[in-house]
Amino acid sequence: MEPRTIRVRLFARARELAQRGEVELPGGPMDVATLRRRLIAEAPGLASFLDRCAVAVNEDLAGAASMIRPGDEVAILPPVSGGWA
Amino acid sequence: MIGLTSEAIDPAAVLAAVRRPDCGGVVLFLGTVRDLTGDQRTVALDYEAYGGMAEKVMGLIEAELRERWPVRGLAMLHRVGHLDIGDVAVAIAVSTPHRSEAFAACHHAIDRVKELVPIWKRENRPDGEATWVHPHDPPPGLL
Repeated sequence: MEPRTIRVRLFARARELAQRGEVELPGGPMDVATLRRRLIAEAPGLASFLDRCAVAVNEDLAGAASMIRPGDEVAILPPVSGGWA
Repeated sequence: MIGLTSEAIDPAAVLAAVRRPDCGGVVLFLGTVRDLTGDQRTVALDYEAYGGMAEKVMGLIEAELRERWPVRGLAMLHRVGHLDIGDVAVAIAVSTPHRSEAFAACHHAIDRVKELVPIWKRENRPDGEATWVHPHDPPPGLL
């Protein structure tokens, strides 16, 4: 059966702010910007921190316009010690 | 020997993994848990990793090193879990035919690991407070 949700994994402070390590977002394909909005609706504790985090899709960093499909693994990555830039 | 480990890192084993008869230069870098960051005392650290991506990115760093320097032996290990002061958090060993390439490649490797690999640390303070270290946080006292 086709997966119907997008699995989002959360780490470090993002995990603590969301009070869980994983969120399942139902629905069809969406871009990363939409996923960020959906995630804040689902876990409002992330609101002040999420814009400092990078997003990885299937273990690759993804930009705001990247498309995410059900079945993809998404991860919210807080800044690491040397920075993402 | 490239990846994450929840076991104590043995520097001798890391070195042994890269020693080769055709290499005259071997450089070992150890990142160890420090008790003081600025004036903030730390009693222990917890490292958390996005395991799959961390190991994938370490593989990309390996490819980059091998492209830029004549790296013959390479070991890159990062510890995860609870670490005490003095414990080895990261170890990188590089062997090359001559010493200058080994220094350069090892220096680049640790910079890339710190910059790119999704691993985070939480500092545990003597008063029981614990905070994740995410750069570009305002320094303590500014909030």
